[in-house]
Amino acid sequence: MCGIAGIIRRGQPGNIGGEMTSMLRSLKHRGPDSTGFAVYGTPGKNQYVMRFKVAEQEDINKGFDIHQQIKDRRAEVNKRLKEHGVEILSEVEATEYAFRYTIRFDGDMHRMADYIEDIEGAEIMSLGEGLELIKDLGDADVVSEQYGLGNFNGSHAIGHTRMATESDVDIRSAHPYWAYPFNDVSVVHNGQLTNYWKWRRKMEQRGHRFMSHCDSELIAVYLADKMNNNIDLEQAMHDSLDELDGVFTYVVATSDRLGMAKDLMAAKPMVLYESDDFVALASEEVAIRSIFPHEIDTFDPYEGEVRVWQL
Amino acid sequence: MATVDKSFEAGLHSEQLRGRTQQTFFSATEEENFTYPYNAFEVDRAKKGEFDAQDLETSEINIKIRSLMEEGCGHIVVKNPRAKHSIGVGILNRLTLDFEGSLGYFGCGLIDGPNVNISGRVGWSFGENMMAGTVIIEKNAGSTFGAAIRGGDLVCKGDVGSRTGIDMKGGNIIVGGRTGTLSGFMMQRGRMIVLGDAGANLGDSMYDGTIYIGGKITSLGVDAVPGEMTELEAGWIERKLALYGMKAPNGVKNLQKIVAGKQLWNYDNLEPHEKKIIL
Repeated sequence: MCGIAGIIRRGQPGNIGGEMTSMLRSLKHRGPDSTGFAVYGTPGKNQYVMRFKVAEQEDINKGFDIHQQIKDRRAEVNKRLKEHGVEILSEVEATEYAFRYTIRFDGDMHRMADYIEDIEGAEIMSLGEGLELIKDLGDADVVSEQYGLGNFNGSHAIGHTRMATESDVDIRSAHPYWAYPFNDVSVVHNGQLTNYWKWRRKMEQRGHRFMSHCDSELIAVYLADKMNNNIDLEQAMHDSLDELDGVFTYVVATSDRLGMAKDLMAAKPMVLYESDDFVALASEEVAIRSIFPHEIDTFDPYEGEVRVWQL
Repeated sequence: MATVDKSFEAGLHSEQLRGRTQQTFFSATEEENFTYPYNAFEVDRAKKGEFDAQDLETSEINIKIRSLMEEGCGHIVVKNPRAKHSIGVGILNRLTLDFEGSLGYFGCGLIDGPNVNISGRVGWSFGENMMAGTVIIEKNAGSTFGAAIRGGDLVCKGDVGSRTGIDMKGGNIIVGGRTGTLSGFMMQRGRMIVLGDAGANLGDSMYDGTIYIGGKITSLGVDAVPGEMTELEAGWIERKLALYGMKAPNGVKNLQKIVAGKQLWNYDNLEPHEKKIIL
């Protein structure tokens, strides 16, 4: 059992960081192991935001060397970025092991990302114009405070509270997943995929990288592969209902769209609310109501349903 | 009125089922044998109590309802339940209970006797194991609506999710809109009336009971077969819908009736008293 949520502000951007924190706080009972946010801010001109980590949270407690290793790894990231012609505009140390860089770059993004991830312990969480992907161990309040998300302004966001079932409790296995190497595409998922290994092998043969053993990562890679083959996001989501087995509901976000898909068994919950100004969706209505004080009408999507909203 | 007349009046004994459980187990005198549940309170329907649940936790809300019942309130109004989970469960009293707003998961489970009105929506597994009483929901409901209910009327005027009436063992589920996949899955007794469409695998693995669908059926599940509507049951449905201010859009006689096809050899060959043990 995990909790997933999404929100779009259709009118003016607003405090989606605070709103998503509130929604995920309400879903804490669905998954206390880790919490993740994919928030979409206002893109800077010719700028990208890169969120990455060079160690796991649990590594910090494993000996004295790790602190120096983290410094060395970060220095190596900076060196490789420079070698690749990336201009670093700003650096923020969100935690000892996780960082936010604003960069300027007009080269091959995929190649650059591969080069960075070749460093031991390095993982790019997200790389995009608007997307910032933050995930860590702990509940929504802990992660939100740690990464300063309480006042993050933006247009839309998705989030996840995780109860680990089939992979480790670590940042690598936490959601959301970035649809590597696509800018600004992120996924959160509640459920189990039963043909995970079949599709993982297929994706690896096509050159896609996996950073975890979490089946949810497959959805991000699967959608990235489809989009790489010029299949529209909505069509790719429809395809996923036929090709991915198991029970699942997932939410995907891009720079200007947010969508959800529910498998044919409809065994994983999702509640929707839609108005002129907002779209909000979550595993439980209580999450939606945490950000709307007034009375609202909500509904469940049905089995095999795919919905995509434009900003 | 004689037992058999009451039974016919209720629209039973007219089924075209090949099974026997519905006829065998129905007892028109059941209500006469009904004993007021253990642990119920003496309440007066004219005595009204209300409170705001906005800032209360689930257990606080349920304790508050209980304390109002203890005070003799037979009409309780709960404002702003805010889709919290497990509210209104285990109520063994006859009383009127109004929720002004929406309930979350597992609302009103294991109730035996109350008349519940909900102005909003309800989440998954609402009314699970309901024994008696009525529940009227003005908006939508989530999945596994009325799972394993044994009695009473569970009414949703909007749409409901998947697996409605799963493992249903009696009572009536009435839905004004559509229902999702696997509705009536492993249904064993009772009646489900859906005025809108039904998703795939309707009545899959149903042992017994009857389903009526007003709209399109995506597909029938294993063991579910069409049945023939009788005048008596059409009248019963008409009266039942009228009770809740509902109407079949194309008329009651055009509802599609679905019953068990009885492919479950082991079950169908049991004696009625043996089936009762299983159910």
